[in-house]
Amino acid sequence: MNANFKSWPVIAILSLVSLPLLIMFVFQIVDTFTNPYPGSIWPQMFTIEHWRFLWEEPATGRSSIWAVTWNTFVFASTTAVAVTSISLTAAYALSRLNFPARRFFLAGLIVLHAFPTITLIIAIFLILQFLGLYNSLMGVILVKAALELPFGIWIMKGFYDTVPWEIEMAGVQDGASRFTVWWKLVLPQVQPGLAALLIFSFLSGWSEFVLPLVLAPGNDAQVLSTYLSALILDDAKPDFNLFKSVGLFYAIPVIVIYLVFQKKLMNIYGGGSKG
Amino acid sequence: MQLRLENFTKKFDNLTVIDQLNLTVESGEMMALLGPSGCGKSTTLFTICGIHRMNGGTLHFGDRDVSNLPSQQRNVGVVFQNYALYPHMNIRDNIAFPLRVQKLDNATIAKKVAEIAELVHIPELLDRKPAQLSGGQQQRVALARALVRKPDVLLLDEPLANLDAKLRLEMRSEIRRIQLETGITAILVTHDQVEAMSMCDRIALMKGGKIVQLSEPDQMYNDPVDTFVAGFLGNPPISFLDAQVNADVFQVGPSQITIADSLRAKVNGAVKLGIRPEYFGPQFGTGITGKISFVETQGREDLYNVTLPDGSVLRSIQAAGPRLKLGDSVNWGISHDHALAFTPDGARI
Ligand SMILES: Nc1ncnc2c1ncn2[C@@H]1O[C@H](COP(=O)(O)OP(=O)(O)OP(=O)(O)O)[C@@H](O)[C@H]1O
Ligand SMILES: [Mg+2]
Repeated sequence: MNANFKSWPVIAILSLVSLPLLIMFVFQIVDTFTNPYPGSIWPQMFTIEHWRFLWEEPATGRSSIWAVTWNTFVFASTTAVAVTSISLTAAYALSRLNFPARRFFLAGLIVLHAFPTITLIIAIFLILQFLGLYNSLMGVILVKAALELPFGIWIMKGFYDTVPWEIEMAGVQDGASRFTVWWKLVLPQVQPGLAALLIFSFLSGWSEFVLPLVLAPGNDAQVLSTYLSALILDDAKPDFNLFKSVGLFYAIPVIVIYLVFQKKLMNIYGGGSKG
Repeated sequence: MQLRLENFTKKFDNLTVIDQLNLTVESGEMMALLGPSGCGKSTTLFTICGIHRMNGGTLHFGDRDVSNLPSQQRNVGVVFQNYALYPHMNIRDNIAFPLRVQKLDNATIAKKVAEIAELVHIPELLDRKPAQLSGGQQQRVALARALVRKPDVLLLDEPLANLDAKLRLEMRSEIRRIQLETGITAILVTHDQVEAMSMCDRIALMKGGKIVQLSEPDQMYNDPVDTFVAGFLGNPPISFLDAQVNADVFQVGPSQITIADSLRAKVNGAVKLGIRPEYFGPQFGTGITGKISFVETQGREDLYNVTLPDGSVLRSIQAAGPRLKLGDSVNWGISHDHALAFTPDGARI
């Protein structure tokens, strides 16, 4: 940091602004383990009863939290793998191969990338119903992956564009097939992008709400975000501390992934902008 | 192995970049493709290795017609200007890559890599990554990788362009040594005449997609076919004077230059004279008067520009001596046996 640049006023201002958020977070965590006396907002009694959803049989009409978590995990990871693997190959083609209508695809990519996809939801709903995939996890996975693809392809194309073409030509001269060249020489160069995209689309799938809500409202395909919303919409017996606990449970994997992989995630912003 | 390019034509869309080019490189020979930027050197090179497809003509390696073969089946080693090493592999794996592709067994690969590393003097670098090497060392690795599977032809595209002056000098002789030791047929693309002259057996000088002259370096220097060739070779460059043939002499303004015996019968009227800087100076007597308009000391030698009364400029390079100053008048001579004569439109007489 620049020596002339005093950092403490900035830190002070930032702290002040984020203080309310921070307090909320602390309360959220504390609340899940405590009960206030009646009429007070201050937590006083330690309890783990708000976490009972983890081990108790679900109430009738509700799914088990573990089944829902499993659904969320399957949804997020399948989407991530699909988006990453398709982006890897499609972006390579767009970056390197000279095929008909390449410009059209590129332009389409940018348009789709910026498109407010939610406006398509009715059309998607109809299509899924037609295909018999409505109210299934498979259907939501397909839709989510498709909507994430323009972003993934665009990011990966940015990474491919930074790989010097001489490396590929050298590989071809060394006798390797185009596929071997891609697999052994080019992929390792874009590996940071691959990792970032994988994590990014996993997180994006993990936090997806609208698509499962609209396209798979049934209990079998419920994911954590819809489970959470069902919880708060339950007028019969609102339990805010239970809601907070489930919320925290839902957020923990995201926080862990960010902490572990933050360096890799930064690559998305580094690699995509070059060349 | 002999390389034969016949009637080679290359078009990009509708633009003909190379038209009916013929080039034969003899087995074990090192040929320079020399020429100004954009003349088609790289295009020719990339066609030989199969990156570009030909729009006409044939290419033979020895008796084998490779015109329509893909790169992978041509057995050509290429060294790219930026070396194109594989950044994620260490040097050993870089060099071994062409052998791995051929699915040789590990013992053979290890043996061949060790041999070639020995040849290019990098055995101690094998465990490093490309980013940990200097430019000269990367160059050696690139050479090793190109040579390790014993290609029929070695192609070098401006291999020295990215090196600093001292390394360039070193790698010039190194590349030549390696080429001679392996006896490989090689083509060197460069726009640096010194590189071409010092490293190669023959030079093909290109201009606008055509070979203007193809000969040995000293012959090209002393016996250029036109003013373009004469002007391209030599540093400092040759100077040109407009002259009139007047009986036994070339008349240049008020000065006269004796016509060499070999030329006397062939010239008349207006000619263009080419005088190389080493053939103009006080050691050749007197006869040309002018004023010094530029001085450059190069340590061992001094370079002078002399402006003649009619405004044309002659260059002279001579052993460093009593320093002349800008504006000094001189009266120097020309070694008239070495004056090159051209027609006004540039063809050699
Ligand atoms: N892919 C291409 N598409 C269209 N034109 C091209 C292409 N590659 C080269 N050219 C044109 O072909 C001509 C020869 O190019 P080439 O790269 O062979 O020149 P060069 O002699 O290698 O020059 P330099 O010394 O600058 O590398 C140039 O006029 C160039 O603009
Ligand atoms: Mg070039």
